[in-house]
Amino acid sequence: MIADHRPRVPILDVRDLAIVYATRQGDVPAVRGVSFDIRRGETLGIVGESGCGKSTVAFGIVNFLGANGKIVGGEILFQGQNLVGRSEDDLRKMRGDRIAMVYQDPMQALNPSMRLGDQMAEVLIVHRGMDRKAAEAKCIQMLERVYMPDPANVMKRYPHQISGGQQQRVVIAMALLNDPALLIMDEPTTALDVTVEAAVLDLIADLQRDFDTAIMYISHNLGVIARLADRVAVMYAGELVERAAVGDVFLRPYHPYTQGLMRCVPRLGQDKSSSYLYPIPGRVPSPQALPPGCVFEPRCAFARRACSQHRPALREVAAGHWTSCLFAEEIAEQGWQPPAPAGKEPLRAAPAVSAAADRPILRVEHAQTFYRVPSRRLFGGKQYVRAVDDVSIAVRRGETLGIVGESGCGKSTLVKTIIGLETPTAGTFEFMGVDIAQPVSKRSLDILQNLQMVFQNPDSTLNPSFSVGVQIGRALRRFKKLPGREVRAEVIRLLDMMKLGERYYDRLPRQLSGGEKQRVGIARAIAGRPEVVLCDEPVSALDVSVQAAVLNLLLEIQQQMGTTMLFIAHDLSVVRFFCDTIAVMYLGQIVEIGPAEAIYAPPYHPYTEALLSAVPIPDPRVEQARIRLSGTVPSALHPPAGCRFHTRCPRKLGAICETQTPPWQVAEAGQRIFCHIPVAELSKMASVITLKEAPHAG
Amino acid sequence: MTVNAPGISAAARPRWWRRIWSGLAVLFASKTAVVGLAIVLFWVVAALCAPLLTPYSPTAQDYQAQNSGPSAAHILGTDDLGRDIWARLLYGARIVLIMLPVGEHFWLPLGTAIWGVLLGLIVGCTLGLVAGYLGGWIDEVVMRVLDALMAFPVILLYMIIIAAVGASATNVVLAIAIVGTPGIARLVRGLTLDIRTRDYIRAAEIRGESKLYIMFVEILPNARGPIIIDAMLRVGYAIFAMGTLGFLGLGLPPPSPDWGSMVAAGRRYILAGSPWAALWPSLAIASLVVGLNLLADGLREESMRYQ
Repeated sequence: MIADHRPRVPILDVRDLAIVYATRQGDVPAVRGVSFDIRRGETLGIVGESGCGKSTVAFGIVNFLGANGKIVGGEILFQGQNLVGRSEDDLRKMRGDRIAMVYQDPMQALNPSMRLGDQMAEVLIVHRGMDRKAAEAKCIQMLERVYMPDPANVMKRYPHQISGGQQQRVVIAMALLNDPALLIMDEPTTALDVTVEAAVLDLIADLQRDFDTAIMYISHNLGVIARLADRVAVMYAGELVERAAVGDVFLRPYHPYTQGLMRCVPRLGQDKSSSYLYPIPGRVPSPQALPPGCVFEPRCAFARRACSQHRPALREVAAGHWTSCLFAEEIAEQGWQPPAPAGKEPLRAAPAVSAAADRPILRVEHAQTFYRVPSRRLFGGKQYVRAVDDVSIAVRRGETLGIVGESGCGKSTLVKTIIGLETPTAGTFEFMGVDIAQPVSKRSLDILQNLQMVFQNPDSTLNPSFSVGVQIGRALRRFKKLPGREVRAEVIRLLDMMKLGERYYDRLPRQLSGGEKQRVGIARAIAGRPEVVLCDEPVSALDVSVQAAVLNLLLEIQQQMGTTMLFIAHDLSVVRFFCDTIAVMYLGQIVEIGPAEAIYAPPYHPYTEALLSAVPIPDPRVEQARIRLSGTVPSALHPPAGCRFHTRCPRKLGAICETQTPPWQVAEAGQRIFCHIPVAELSKMASVITLKEAPHAG
Repeated sequence: MTVNAPGISAAARPRWWRRIWSGLAVLFASKTAVVGLAIVLFWVVAALCAPLLTPYSPTAQDYQAQNSGPSAAHILGTDDLGRDIWARLLYGARIVLIMLPVGEHFWLPLGTAIWGVLLGLIVGCTLGLVAGYLGGWIDEVVMRVLDALMAFPVILLYMIIIAAVGASATNVVLAIAIVGTPGIARLVRGLTLDIRTRDYIRAAEIRGESKLYIMFVEILPNARGPIIIDAMLRVGYAIFAMGTLGFLGLGLPPPSPDWGSMVAAGRRYILAGSPWAALWPSLAIASLVVGLNLLADGLREESMRYQ
């Protein structure tokens, strides 16, 4: 429950809101019967998967629905006045400068051809009638408030001259300039790296405390919502299915959909040998074909006759806890049993245990991959982006190596070099005892077959012109030399293995959802039964419920075929869950590598420590140490001398870090740390993540 | 989108049928495209059924009726030699749209304009794919040569080519192809540069596919939309160019019914009071070009909206 000292009248009160989009096939309902309120100084988190209507609600409030969207029912009371059905002019006057919005992409909110100072001052000059001097002074003050370094200087710059995290700070500062009563934030940190995201989330929390603004925070990321929100509203297929205080939603969810969501995200600290992810079966119904009863009924494990007959309304099941499920109490009481069928017990690690004596199947030593860039000066010498600089890894058969790091750390380049899409500058690359330091076009068919890859973006992983069956069949024909007639049967076997089935054989990629495309991409990669599969962020573009299904699939493949995997990700919980060994990369180098459980416990490399303290964890009980990195990642054109992390390291020792390359130190738990600080010293660190005991933890 | 329904009836139909159907659905969704299609179809049907639509031969001369206006006997009138203009237009459309005369008694199906564009497409797509996918110095060389070709004014280029190889239907095809190639290559190169960054091209590369396979099987089918629309516009330009060449006396040799040379022959009598011989072929050229443009524009608009 929320402390009750706040005034009772909500800033925003949305009642039974319904929004449709007009299309060629008629009106499509995007939002139906959504009700919630936000009080002063409160943050309401709206969470849901893509396409569930959470952004549409936000656009409905500020009347940005576009030409084909319209509100067809309900009311939006802002400070007591209804915004629905008013003319554009009335709205402008009523809303005035009292509602501000922050979007996902800061570049969409900033005018690229205007100096930041001019854009910010304009807000005050137009809305408040301030003179230029006073406006600029207020802007600088506001930039200081959002912890922008050197604000006077930033005022003179253009948007492209500052980093993404800084751009988002400027947008937030701009939104706050008018002291809005309601701040709507639509995935403001989704495009940012974890460490930057953490800093922006801290900032939002601080601002909320100081300004007492009501915040409506939209995100698909349960971890972010858990960290920031006071109350949470869960949306599914255009409806609000559950609404309660943050602790209640995460720890005692009533609605089967919310429960399902909680089960399919790996908690930091879980791994594949001790737990299992339970994806939600089926897919989100399309808005044209919504089920007549409860929207979640077709995917619900508890569905009964009554569920499919009429739409359940939101009702209060406990103090302040609203849900739309008809049988919420019963379901909460009886608890959830994992589905019984075989194969659902936790997956044992692949047989890598005895492999210690084996030669590694893939060995990379002192790898360097540089990109040549033209010099800015006319007669300047050659310049190189040192994307991967002196990286060594060894992967044993059946093992899964996870590579984590923020964008630009070189993890993708490393994988592309191994697969042969980039040519290495130096280093040894050995795969199954064969030297593979060569581009893909020079490799033998045998190497190609045994080294395959799964890509990140589901929309570009499949060729839009060919059916699923043809694309998987092509890989089979290349590698298996099967007689033509057997190819089809083998493709269908693979589709079955991907839990897609024969009916997908003739479908074109545009007829598939993101998760299905990704499965086809995986089927294509494993068609030739490769020894090693490189996975480049295979689940990061997917919704959480789909992500769990794809991860399970990869685990099953590994279990059945003993495939070795290299798994790139930026989500530390996913990597922890999925991988046996983890390498943490920073600016082209590995800073820490070792067994997964060792990486997530002290001693840490200072960068790992900062990453772990930044990762959003979907559990409001978790307390994380607040370690934030200052500055931005230096350019890989001129990486810092000595330890590359010294420019941002909170534990920097002194001159030694700036001049000397750190030594590799081996810690007790088996991980190797690339740092000057002695291991004994690092071991004294406190654990970054602690579970704070809730009064009734279950 | 209708394609999402995995209904039995949809699955029972063959895939090519569904593809054609979805293509037609796009076409009929746009009024512009439908109007364009109607004009183009009118000329195609007229050309195909020419002997049924007129009793006259395009070369038969009627000395009783020279430069006569429209009448019951000659619905569009006759030219200076007393030849029926309607018949000449119909047989002229044949050469443009449905047959390419090669030699005395031999002809190929599909018209001169269409063959010219097809030939340009084959060469242009190949060069564009090679330049865009392989990149590097090959790209530089190919594109600079094509740029040089593009630097010539189009009419001048046509005249140079025809003057060099002589006026005949096959040589007009050659000229249309040569003039069209740089533009097509540039378009395809641009599309290739975009498509080659997609992950499915990476997947083909790590499967060890040959460069030819990647260019023609993985990339080209995904560039087809803009290429088809561009080709329709190009057929229009080619018809226009044929008219121009004919007008300048570089078209098909005299007795054959060439729209451009009909305008050239008729223009002398405009001020003498019989504008018909120049007017009708001019209208024919204009309507066909406008029809093709409308068709292409409508398709482009509609396919853009789908994205």
